[in-house]
Amino acid sequence: MRRGIATVVAAVLASTLAAAGSATPARKPASKPSASASAAKSSDVVTHYAYLGKAYREPAPLSLLKPAVIPDEGLAGVRLGTNDNNLAGQFLGLKFVLDETMVPEDGDVVAAAKKLLASGQHLVIADLNAPDLLAVADLPEAKGAIILNIRARDDVLRQTQCRPDVFHLIPSDAMLTDALAQYLVWKKWTRWFLVRGQHPADVEYANDITRSAKLYGAKIVAERAYELQTGARRVDTGYQEIQTQMPMLTRGVPDYDVAFVADETNSFGLYLQYRTTDPRPVVGTDGLEATAWGAAYESYAAETLHDDFLKLANREITVRDYEGWLAASLLDMAVKQGNARTVDAIRKYISSDDLKLAGYKGEGMNFRAWDNQLRQPILLMDQLSLVSISPQPGFLHPVYDTDTLGFDQPQSLCKFSK
Amino acid sequence: MKTVNHHRPHARVAAMSLLLLMLAAPPAWSAMLFVTNERGNTVTVLDSTTLKTIKTIPTGQRPRGIVAGPQGKWVYVCVGDSNRIDVIDVAKLAVTRQLPSGADPELLAVSNDGGRVYIANEDNAQVTVLDSMTGKLLAEIPVGSEPEGMRVSPNNQITAATSEGSSLVHFIDNKTLKLDATVLVGARPRVVTFTPDGRYVWASSEVGGTVSVIDVGTHQVVQTISFAIPGMRAEFIQPVDITMSKDGSQAFVALGPANHVAVVNTKTYKVSDYIVVGQRPWHMALSTDGSKLYVVNGFTNDVTVVDATSLKPEVSVNVGRLPWGIAVVP
Repeated sequence: MRRGIATVVAAVLASTLAAAGSATPARKPASKPSASASAAKSSDVVTHYAYLGKAYREPAPLSLLKPAVIPDEGLAGVRLGTNDNNLAGQFLGLKFVLDETMVPEDGDVVAAAKKLLASGQHLVIADLNAPDLLAVADLPEAKGAIILNIRARDDVLRQTQCRPDVFHLIPSDAMLTDALAQYLVWKKWTRWFLVRGQHPADVEYANDITRSAKLYGAKIVAERAYELQTGARRVDTGYQEIQTQMPMLTRGVPDYDVAFVADETNSFGLYLQYRTTDPRPVVGTDGLEATAWGAAYESYAAETLHDDFLKLANREITVRDYEGWLAASLLDMAVKQGNARTVDAIRKYISSDDLKLAGYKGEGMNFRAWDNQLRQPILLMDQLSLVSISPQPGFLHPVYDTDTLGFDQPQSLCKFSK
Repeated sequence: MKTVNHHRPHARVAAMSLLLLMLAAPPAWSAMLFVTNERGNTVTVLDSTTLKTIKTIPTGQRPRGIVAGPQGKWVYVCVGDSNRIDVIDVAKLAVTRQLPSGADPELLAVSNDGGRVYIANEDNAQVTVLDSMTGKLLAEIPVGSEPEGMRVSPNNQITAATSEGSSLVHFIDNKTLKLDATVLVGARPRVVTFTPDGRYVWASSEVGGTVSVIDVGTHQVVQTISFAIPGMRAEFIQPVDITMSKDGSQAFVALGPANHVAVVNTKTYKVSDYIVVGQRPWHMALSTDGSKLYVVNGFTNDVTVVDATSLKPEVSVNVGRLPWGIAVVP
């Protein structure tokens, strides 16, 4: 199915369109710099794409240093990416226009998606949870669109519920627990005490921890669930209660090397650190975390992204902001480097093994053909610094070392048949 | 032989001196190698003959790009986290003055007469042009995001600059100090260099894994060079610095985490060899006579000396922490 992006194509550039969809960077005519980045000239090639997000009610982080709510999380990253795209585009006659849709907490994502698709937007940066993402992807009018997932880490979206039009920029939970597992095995910290919350997402993450333990030969010496309900994060003299609760939760456990915590809803994970009965480090959703991005990461010129983001949004960048920036950058790359001028040409470019998406991780990144997951190194960070980057040395793969993280082709349950 | 100091006596002085002095000092035909240590906040100065450290010079925060002025009197060091250029007086082997570079300078180029410095402001999407002695601001030229590579053409007329984030190579007219043209290259271009005849600019794309050859006259990419090392993952091949051999017949391309330097024939654009060096080679420099290639290895904290004729690595010499750039002063 071919769909055109809403584009205005200059006569000058029309001759270069023959190369549209080419996976290798085509030779481009040089252009004289334009006077202004803002005004699109009639000769510009204009690419429209949409951000679709929802103001989900989310549990506030336990740390009082973290904002309870970030209204523009994810979106601000897409905005920065769009600014970057236009900064480069001004020199090349390319213009990028972002269409922003933020559905309110009680709003209807599917209705908003239908409206977007009907208006001709077929490049959608989706900042949605898994059920909403699938509901949008399964709309008949979304067939042939490109949906870039910047939020949902659910493994199932890469496995039985994969969709051919959905490309996952954000790593799956399985990739994250594998990234941690490799580091822990490298450290020879292979006896894990699994502590999880009650939320279904905690159970999912705990399942991933168990899967990674099996895969990498670590042993889960005990598994416990934290029973208490989340309370207010800010209470007078709350620390005494926590100081007695956490030892209760962690005592009488066979000897272990690390407490591996699964607390996706910010109920207690942060409180485990320094309060376990035995003096052990905490890893998982708190303590040493596996993540696609962190504000303290600085390698490969990453700090330039932090600085630019801070100037734009006046706050620290988060993982979703990074993924939003990366999604805009991916579309830019297809149009700029791949000379893609249609949705199908963009799909062809981003699906190619020759894609080398730059995301401040050193190496160029591309998508796994079997489930549309972006291959990527995973950062291991505490709150203040980078500890390591996985894959760890010695964890090798016949094709891409990053395919040691998450679902490799033999384990894939994804079938893209229509 | 013009620059002298008490460590490095002039040839005739040395000849007149006796053994005592010769033991104390390296031969006068030695050059000095200045290596920035990004993590160490220092510049290591090596004697090119003995390969011993002559001095470790403290600098501002995060020294990266380093270039020697044409007369060998000054060495300019980008100290990005201090938002300035530290200028080393070669005679004194010390930072004796500073230039206001603008935000986060990463790399710079010096005009062939030594009068100007062209600075890439990584964090600020612009090129800053200064008078190299007075520090007077001559121009701030807006470019793409994360400017890095910077080189002045052999005839001094043009400056080529990369913007790493935008995957662009910009050509600056040195008369007007305005952009003349902009060319798209592969992802994340880091270094540009002119062929000795000034006809072509070579630009390395770190993430794209390629080197683009741009015709300076037409501003067209006329060649895109790829690299493949048997047994090496393609994603680890990340070209950074490009150094031309003295006669211009060969280009050396440092391949970063691939731990090799590629040798490219500049006529055929074929890769003729891959030289094993240390870990994460980024920047390089040629000895004054062109017989040696010095390769700076970031992860192994050393400099590999390669014979530029036999293309064999000869020795690796320790420098400071996370070495980044190198400049040779005859």
